Amino acid sequence: MTTTLAPATAPDLIPGAWPPAAPEFVPGAPPPATLWADTWRGIAKENPVLVQMLGMCPTMAVTNVLANGIAMGVATMFVLVGSGLFVSLLRKYIAHEVRITSYILIIATFVTLADLLLAASFPEISKALGPFIPLIVANCLLLGRAEAFAAKVGPVRAVADGMGMGIGFTLSLAAMSAIRELLGRGSLLGFDILGPGWEPWVFMVLPAGGFFTLGLLLITAAWIDELRRKRRLVVAK
Amino acid sequence: MSPHAHHGPPSAPNAVAVTPPATAKAPEVSSWKLLATLAIGGAAAGLLVVAVYKATLPTVEKYAAAKEAGAVREVLKAPARWDTLYLQKGVLTRSPTAGDDRKGLPKAYLGFDAAGNRLGAAVTAQEPGFQEEVLLMIGFEPSNGTLIGFKVLDEKETPGLGDKIERDTSFGSQFVGRVAPLKGVRARNATDQSQVQTITGATISSRAVIRIINHAVERWQPLLVAYERGAAQ
Repeated sequence: MTTTLAPATAPDLIPGAWPPAAPEFVPGAPPPATLWADTWRGIAKENPVLVQMLGMCPTMAVTNVLANGIAMGVATMFVLVGSGLFVSLLRKYIAHEVRITSYILIIATFVTLADLLLAASFPEISKALGPFIPLIVANCLLLGRAEAFAAKVGPVRAVADGMGMGIGFTLSLAAMSAIRELLGRGSLLGFDILGPGWEPWVFMVLPAGGFFTLGLLLITAAWIDELRRKRRLVVAK
Repeated sequence: MSPHAHHGPPSAPNAVAVTPPATAKAPEVSSWKLLATLAIGGAAAGLLVVAVYKATLPTVEKYAAAKEAGAVREVLKAPARWDTLYLQKGVLTRSPTAGDDRKGLPKAYLGFDAAGNRLGAAVTAQEPGFQEEVLLMIGFEPSNGTLIGFKVLDEKETPGLGDKIERDTSFGSQFVGRVAPLKGVRARNATDQSQVQTITGATISSRAVIRIINHAVERWQPLLVAYERGAAQ
């Protein structure tokens, strides 16, 4: 799961990584991979919510109805792709000492753009998400991908990774919010699904329901992972 | 930014822990270069944000105006037209004198039907609910305080419980024809014109709505009566 994640240490803390082996060598750079693998990683193998457990705050806060979950996921994907592209393009011009500040600046710019564009195009959703769109800045997923991936690869790979992580994040949030809206309000995207006979589980749209749903999703994801690993073992034998 | 800042060991504290061989020191980056990076980045980001803000502002304002008009139409039961009154120096007026920002003045809307009969007044009011401020638009008859309707413009009450003040139509519709000041009760006495039944599980939010309406009518009724008396003369 963590094979392509960069070591959490600064490059100059790795013994033997100094001096760099070649001028092109980037400490902690992800190994070469196809664009499809770069994209797929975020969707499944390293899904931000279900595997990396990043961005838990929006995952809990905005997933009480499906429309909000999807909007939050798409806004985050927009920021992931935009900031990934710019971090990658500017990686050779950003001095090591100010890289985190610069990444935050790039991320904050894209978050502000996402906030403004959402307010202009989908005012109702923008109102419902309230402060959680500006808070994307503080989502560790963004800074994590900038530091661990985008800053160490070319722009095309960075965009593929941003897309993958964004899709993975959106799918997880959509799954969370679909379960919570269906059980908590008997509807999906505002359309009544379960009919008037359904007594809404108000609990599901409250924070506690979020924790339960996330727990159930994590169990499901781990279970599927386990099944696949077992099958692979059988095939190997 | 003294020139001495460029001498000495690398400033990153973690570089001290594993000191690389002296020959392989990381190239020192001038502080000016770091400053320049952030200054240029900040300026570019600022320009971009301002450009997008300017580009989206008309759409956002148009939406806000349309939403306001929609709310006036709803709480006054489809008036043919309405006058916007501004509260300036304690008096309602259709044309506030220059000096005050028109947008910043409290507003009331006076709705008329196609024949020119006055239907009622609409005002907005905001007060704390259960979690955050609840913003209402309230339509009422200024002469006697009879409610025509209300609409929740903004609330952040508990999803599934408190937000029923916005979504529960049987709660909202019982206000029509009631006379302020209202009183929230658990079981309504149908003959009492001041009673409103609160929502089960959302008592505090329901009472907040009632309180906001009472305060708004109390505040605006004399102002509107004074305005109409002045307009009639």
